[in-house]
Amino acid sequence: MKKILLLLTFACVLAAPAPAQRLSADQILDRIDENAVAGNRISVTEMIIHSRRATRTLKLKSWVEGEDKAFTEFLEPARERGTKMLKLGDQLWTYSPDADRTISISGHMLRQSVMGSDLSYEDMLEDRKLRQAYGANVVGEERLIDRPCWVLELTAKAENVAYDSRKIWVDRERFVLLREDRFAKSGRLLKTLEVKSVIRVQNRWVQNDVVFKDALKAGDGTEFIIQSIEFEAAIPESLFTKASLRK
Amino acid sequence: MIKFLFKGILRDKSRSLFPFLIVTAGVFLTVALYCYIKGAEASFIRSNANLLSGHVRVMTGAYAKEADQIPNDLALTGLPSLIQDLQAGFPGFIWTPRIRFGGLLDVPDENGETRSQGPAAGMAVRLLAPQTPEIKLLDLKKALVRGHLPERPKEVLISDEFARKLGLNPGERATLISSTMFGSTSLANFVVAGTVRFGVSAMDRTAMIADLADIQDALDMKDAAGEILGFSKDSVYRQKEVDGMAAIFNAGHEDARDDLSPVMVTLRDQPGMVLMIDRLSYATAAIVGVFLFVMSLVLWNAGLLGSLRRYGEIGVRLAIGESKGHLYRSMIYESLMIGALGTLAGTGLGLGLSYYLQVKGIDISSMVKNAAIMIPSVLHSQVTPFAYVIGFLPGLLATLLGTAISGRGIYKRQTAQLFKELET
Repeated sequence: MKKILLLLTFACVLAAPAPAQRLSADQILDRIDENAVAGNRISVTEMIIHSRRATRTLKLKSWVEGEDKAFTEFLEPARERGTKMLKLGDQLWTYSPDADRTISISGHMLRQSVMGSDLSYEDMLEDRKLRQAYGANVVGEERLIDRPCWVLELTAKAENVAYDSRKIWVDRERFVLLREDRFAKSGRLLKTLEVKSVIRVQNRWVQNDVVFKDALKAGDGTEFIIQSIEFEAAIPESLFTKASLRK
Repeated sequence: MIKFLFKGILRDKSRSLFPFLIVTAGVFLTVALYCYIKGAEASFIRSNANLLSGHVRVMTGAYAKEADQIPNDLALTGLPSLIQDLQAGFPGFIWTPRIRFGGLLDVPDENGETRSQGPAAGMAVRLLAPQTPEIKLLDLKKALVRGHLPERPKEVLISDEFARKLGLNPGERATLISSTMFGSTSLANFVVAGTVRFGVSAMDRTAMIADLADIQDALDMKDAAGEILGFSKDSVYRQKEVDGMAAIFNAGHEDARDDLSPVMVTLRDQPGMVLMIDRLSYATAAIVGVFLFVMSLVLWNAGLLGSLRRYGEIGVRLAIGESKGHLYRSMIYESLMIGALGTLAGTGLGLGLSYYLQVKGIDISSMVKNAAIMIPSVLHSQVTPFAYVIGFLPGLLATLLGTAISGRGIYKRQTAQLFKELET
């Protein structure tokens, strides 16, 4: 009997997420970054914009290399087909096939919405690792979509961060964000992110269905559904050049 | 008696010249300022109506609440049927759709890279439609500085000041960077057909005028427009008429009321307009009131001085048996005659200056350089029928009041003392 009790106790100790509980806030951020930031990836995403008077669906393909390089092409609908965006470091260009012009997005334009979605160009540029940009504190534990989460409060420690503070809900086992509130310096809620489902792709946990909402905008937010994603795929270096926008 | 008094006024200028000059000056200023304010009011209403809000403006309720932010995502849809309904319901008005839009105008160099760039305040109107009223409403032929009016799709006009700032000349290409009705970034190329100057600082800084169809295409606004403006066919703004129209229209759309159903607002209901129109009305009343008061004070003093100087004359007239009432009345008549003569002279001079300013105007551009509302840079006077008679109120009333107050001294004279006074 004693042996059985000992085995059960041992089994419980093994099963519980005890090692994770001992992680510091910074270690949690490291694990999130480790899961989220890949060497490179190619994805096809459906973007469903639930605006005040209509719902529109756009399809886009993205090629991302590290934190600094990204190339996006809109595939649907017909009106947006061929519109491309290139991000190199903190610079962003957009190309319109109708006007055959490449325009640098800078200054106040960075605050504008991408294709009418709840995502701004500034959000697109923000691919910095959380650990580099924010200091964190674990402030609680909750369950979201049936998953145990840590709740962390993040405060910006780096310069030029779009959001002064964030509150994040992190899956304690998968180290993927399940919910996020982004705040201005004044404490005003600016954006929210809610994850509806998470999938496992090439040993990474990926937010498969996410609703991103601009809290200052009417509408029901923008839903991003990943249709396909491939990590560590071969991407030609020539793609991340301004010349490739017009091809 | 009138003939007698009139002869007295003409022959004894020492007793009539000063009051006459005072009344002339006061009436001249009253008439001239009244005409100038009326002109300013008319110019202000005309500029705002033609360039911004029409005599009435139809928008969605949500758009109306944030109209100054130009929320084209809340624009009117189903434009053809809505215009048809308006034309059938209010045939005395011209109905014309417009889209106001903001964006950046980007001028490319030979490699397609940005050469210069600036924020544009755009307006899309029916420029190319046959028999469009917009050319006349915006007075585009007169406003044209360089180039020509748009003749083909994708041709635009931009303000001359803006064009010079961007180094952009007629015939050159520029790209409008804006947002579609659904919030997507929109890039559309246009050719600058010509440059314009409206004489309204708010427009002349960054205006861009494009054809409605081109902007509907660029901003993904098929059959949609931010607003439909209504102008009375005789171009006269009548508050009662438009109030009635707005009440009928809004009652007709009350059942379907939600944020995106159309509402009609009058020119007076535009933000800032009530204040401006009321201020101008108060200013007119204040000018007449102030002149009436000041002239009465001056003429009262003139009357007192006159009474002192005419002390002997009044005494003799009382001594030879003229009743105090008769003497008082004759002085009142005399003052009214001086008032009438001064008013005629002042009105003549005031109207003369007003007719001159009606043609020439006064340039106030330096004062309204940064104005966000539609204030014309040159204000013209406007001579109205009322301007011919407005001077009579202060002119006659001031002399009447001045004499009536100072003339009370007649009743204080003691007949028994008269001969003693006359002997000294």
